[in-house]
Amino acid sequence: MQPSLLSSILFATIVAGTPLIITAVGELVTEKSGVLNLGAEGIMSMGAVAAFAVTVHTGNPILGILAGMVAGMGMGLIFAVAALTFMANQVASGLALSIFGVGLSAFIGKPYESQTLPSVAAWNVPGLHKIPLLGHAFFEHQGLVYFSWALLGAVAWFLYRSRLGLVLRAVGEAPVAAHSVGYNVVRIRYVAVIFGGAMAGIGGAFLSVFYTPLWVEGMVAGRGWIALALVVFATWRPARVMVGAYLFGGCMITQMFVQGSGIQLNIPSQFLSALPYAATIIVLVIISHNKNTIRLNSPASLGQPFSPEA
Amino acid sequence: MNSRKTVVTTLGGLIAASVLAAAPPAAAPTQVGFVYVSPVGDAGWTYQHDIGRKEMEKALAGQVTTKFVENVPEGADAERVVRGLITGGAKIVFTTSFGYMNPTEKVAKAFPDKFFFHATGYKTGPNMGIYNARFYEGRYLNGVIAGKMTKSNIAGYVAAFPIPEVMQGINAFTQGMRSVNPKAEVRVIWVNSWFDPGKEREAALTLISQGADMITHHTDSTAIVQAAEEKHKENKNLYAFSYHSDMSKYGPTAQLSGTTHHWGAFYTKTVKEVLAGTWKGTNVWGGFKEGMIKLAPLNKAIPADVKALVEKEEKAIAAGKLHPFAGPVVAQDGKEKVAKGKNMTDAELGAMDYYVQGVASTLPKK
Repeated sequence: MQPSLLSSILFATIVAGTPLIITAVGELVTEKSGVLNLGAEGIMSMGAVAAFAVTVHTGNPILGILAGMVAGMGMGLIFAVAALTFMANQVASGLALSIFGVGLSAFIGKPYESQTLPSVAAWNVPGLHKIPLLGHAFFEHQGLVYFSWALLGAVAWFLYRSRLGLVLRAVGEAPVAAHSVGYNVVRIRYVAVIFGGAMAGIGGAFLSVFYTPLWVEGMVAGRGWIALALVVFATWRPARVMVGAYLFGGCMITQMFVQGSGIQLNIPSQFLSALPYAATIIVLVIISHNKNTIRLNSPASLGQPFSPEA
Repeated sequence: MNSRKTVVTTLGGLIAASVLAAAPPAAAPTQVGFVYVSPVGDAGWTYQHDIGRKEMEKALAGQVTTKFVENVPEGADAERVVRGLITGGAKIVFTTSFGYMNPTEKVAKAFPDKFFFHATGYKTGPNMGIYNARFYEGRYLNGVIAGKMTKSNIAGYVAAFPIPEVMQGINAFTQGMRSVNPKAEVRVIWVNSWFDPGKEREAALTLISQGADMITHHTDSTAIVQAAEEKHKENKNLYAFSYHSDMSKYGPTAQLSGTTHHWGAFYTKTVKEVLAGTWKGTNVWGGFKEGMIKLAPLNKAIPADVKALVEKEEKAIAAGKLHPFAGPVVAQDGKEKVAKGKNMTDAELGAMDYYVQGVASTLPKK
């Protein structure tokens, strides 16, 4: 049976939004601890190439994801050493990490350039995937799509319901206070940065092993930057990251369906291509029209170095 | 003793220097630079240019050295790269993407004794030539195959930017398809990017889900042929046409054919002319006849009669007897663009900004 148009659009939207969610949620945790890591594009590139290479050699996409995660953690660690131990400027270090990651991934990826992988089979959720209309859209996906949902739930619970999450947020809001009551601010931030790196690595792995199973230089194509923007527009709220990511993916997919359908439409395709960006901004501006909620959600020490000796 | 030795050495040096200066310029290899818009990879637009570069280097061994810079963004960065190649010693620079046109022209004006060649543009100068290939000739034949092979009568086309070259491809494909199958229609998705494998794939999947069983693209990655290969398992009549390179490696069952580019002979000829001092302006636009484009190998799934038809038409195009835009060419809105009995002129081709009848999507009016 041919899935209906709506369920095709929903399905493709969810797939397109997945790498954004995984990467953005990781970055959200990093930023909640008060560290701004702009290196997502570079980390995703490294995750993508590592995952691809390992999957090529082992034939096992799960090992690939793990490799992407480890590569992402390594990149996170490099950033953490620069920004947290040596207290380098976080904006500059993050940008450098992006450039470094994109370049290094191209170098490492040379032997894999334009190789392809067999596509990873979807895992249908038993029972649920038979629901008319929604079954195909939500429950016939590759494993990482379900992972992105679990990740969102876990991070939301961690940040707002767990003690450790409270500590993490305290470190982002008032590092001096957290330090004075005995928390190791630098160590907590290290963990948050490395977690963010791991997630961006998985986001990249999703692109090269699941979404478009091939490696070519530049294949992340700006998705790291979109993920960073999503965190800000989501005003540091996990659920809104999901809204933003699907809104972005949904606009991209819908405009493609509209173009391909042959509907007589007098809108320039360039405008349609820009629509996901515009729509994401507009909707999230509406969500966050109250300046106070942004101020409340934005970690107070974001981007500021912290030294326990000072 | 010491001073005498110095004199001898100096004299020797002077003699050596004068010998070097007097030697004919051909003795020192001329440096030729190439600017690429994407990574070389192993398929695609840039890959074909790089093959051409290597062929030229081999053909003119000893006379030239080449240098290339890949992944250069179109715009201000391109100017810096072209300047860098010139100040780094290059005498001839080939810039291989449309967006390099203005930067190339700027640098060409600043260095009147160097030579510049820009692919796919329209600005020339005393030391700046342009070159391009008639990709639409190959597209027409791809369309003929698609028209014969389709069961749904819908073809999908993933396109980058609405510039004349891309429009020519879409329209030629449509003309070819409709020449053998008047019921056929072509649907177009613009991704507004030359290179974003994720987005290209998404566009291809969208077209497939909307009923297209023939898909092709004018973007730079192999993602579309690869997507078709995967979906071929579900729909045995789903096929793809590659562009730039033969991509049968990515779609051994799904690729029916494709339009491939071949720049080596042009690069060799042009550099030779510059070296010999015989170059006099270049506005090269070559097709099947000049060997600048070829069809990718035909898939075994193509029946013998279709194969014969394509081979016959390829010869006719090369001989100038068949023009993909032979009149009557009717635009989507019903206006006749070329009357019966006439062929579209190069100037008209270069200004193409409309869809022909048979394209189901609409182009917004300006």
